[in-house]
Amino acid sequence: MTSVAVRPARSRSGLGTRVWAFVRRHALTVYALLVVGYLMLPIAVVILFSFNKPAGRFNYVWEEFTLDNWANWNAVLGIQDAIITSLEVGLLATVVATALGTLIAMAIVRHHFVGRGATNVLVFLPMSTPEIVLGASLLTLFLNTTAVFQLGFVTIFIAHVMFIVSFVVVTVKARLIGFDRHLEEAAMDLGANELTTFRKVTLPLIAPAMLAAALLGFALSIDDFVITYFNAGGTQTFPIFVWGIARVAVPPQVNVVASAIFLVAIALALGNVFWQYRSAKRTQGAT
Amino acid sequence: MGSFLHRHRGATPYLLLAPGILWLAIFFLIPLGFLGYESLQSGLFPDFQFTWEFSNFSDGIRDYHEQIVRSFVYAGIATIACLVLAYPLVYWIAFRAGPWRNLFLLFIVAPFFVTYLVRTLAWLNILADEGPVVGILRDVHILGPDGRLLATTFAVVSGITYNFFPFMALPIYVSLEQIDPRLLEAAKDLYASSIQAFLRVTLPLSAPGIVAGTLLTFIPAAGDFINAALLGTPNQAMIGNVIQAKFLESLDYPGAASLSFVLMGLILVALLVYARIVGSERLTG
Repeated sequence: MTSVAVRPARSRSGLGTRVWAFVRRHALTVYALLVVGYLMLPIAVVILFSFNKPAGRFNYVWEEFTLDNWANWNAVLGIQDAIITSLEVGLLATVVATALGTLIAMAIVRHHFVGRGATNVLVFLPMSTPEIVLGASLLTLFLNTTAVFQLGFVTIFIAHVMFIVSFVVVTVKARLIGFDRHLEEAAMDLGANELTTFRKVTLPLIAPAMLAAALLGFALSIDDFVITYFNAGGTQTFPIFVWGIARVAVPPQVNVVASAIFLVAIALALGNVFWQYRSAKRTQGAT
Repeated sequence: MGSFLHRHRGATPYLLLAPGILWLAIFFLIPLGFLGYESLQSGLFPDFQFTWEFSNFSDGIRDYHEQIVRSFVYAGIATIACLVLAYPLVYWIAFRAGPWRNLFLLFIVAPFFVTYLVRTLAWLNILADEGPVVGILRDVHILGPDGRLLATTFAVVSGITYNFFPFMALPIYVSLEQIDPRLLEAAKDLYASSIQAFLRVTLPLSAPGIVAGTLLTFIPAAGDFINAALLGTPNQAMIGNVIQAKFLESLDYPGAASLSFVLMGLILVALLVYARIVGSERLTG
């Protein structure tokens, strides 16, 4: 009786110590990969369910593989207009916010002036205010000035520029701080005036930071729900559309559009990683 | 124009600032003023009167203290969960991932590329009563036969954790990446065990990242209403849900405005307390 009980116990402990030793040696790697899996899980679900053919109205349970949702992505009333609005707002707000934010960053980094500290605080504040307060306060402004502002495309655009500007300032500032001012002085010594210097020297050097800031701004704009929700009136961006339809039943076409946005963004990001890798290699080869 | 700039050198920074700062002043500062004005009004929609109605604040706190406390508890738990999940991952990326670093950083930001609402709705699929997670948990009797994950506190807190995870992970990664590996070699040379080296060198040097990550996670989490709305029930309602409903559904602007200020004020208090704790720890360390 005892021998029967001891034998499996010993073999289990042998396996147990081996597993324990493996886990101890690779615990961090295993944990890290599990967390990555956790981060990827909902993304995989979104993409997977864009190929689902739901049995009823609800797209919660996997039924059957189909490409119909991708082929008829705009079959749901309002989804196409919502995406067009999102893209229009995103592009316009990004261009304006990138210009305004870059100018602020230049002033803060290159100049000493009265009110510099206050400017820094004013730029930092919108980023540290909860979105719901940003959205609610802007709505009270628009409600109190209905003679000037009617809720809709313009108020969404105004709101997006407001919350993107701070992120642009932070991104461009980081690049400007490491900037060699001797290059501009050299241009001026060679007879270029300030505008020519800006166009031929400064702008090309900060262009990558402006591009990075613009991409970040566009991503923030196209993803924003809370601030937009308060100031949209009847106009629908893609997130507003999703919110509205989530109260009824989310059609798989929403997954299709979200997957498409995700794939485009990932492609851009991978392209950027690859481009950095190549330019790093090229500069290594040059030295 | 060039000569104009030359003659008025002192004006240049103000000219550069003017458009952006005006935008922020008109569409951020002035609206906060309007929100303050609104918060002291009384009456019913659409006839509000400005009456210095400070009772809006005390009434709001009295009626919604439950949602207020819940918001800060949920945000606190989610912030800690983010830290526990994120720190080992970014530590591994910074020190062990080698050439794969950028790829794994991309994994961290990837959830941001899926629309906020859609990635929250994906948790509906994952946690659904008919879904695989609930099925397994019921089979191993962690959940009862009628137990569910959706519409529970667990669902809301894990939704918040997932959605704000990158805000915690990225600042910690930045602070870990800046650590000079020679410091860790020096610690080893001085006979520190790897745990001692971590506790005495790596962890203190990554503290600024932890502080920044905590703030960036906690502040938006405390004001969130999407996770509670999509993954919870009214029993999980947070202060954001109350503000949203008052503003856009019951049209009680003074009530919503005063609660917005309560939220901001409490976040400020939380930040001050946090700054004290972090500061005093630094002093003793």
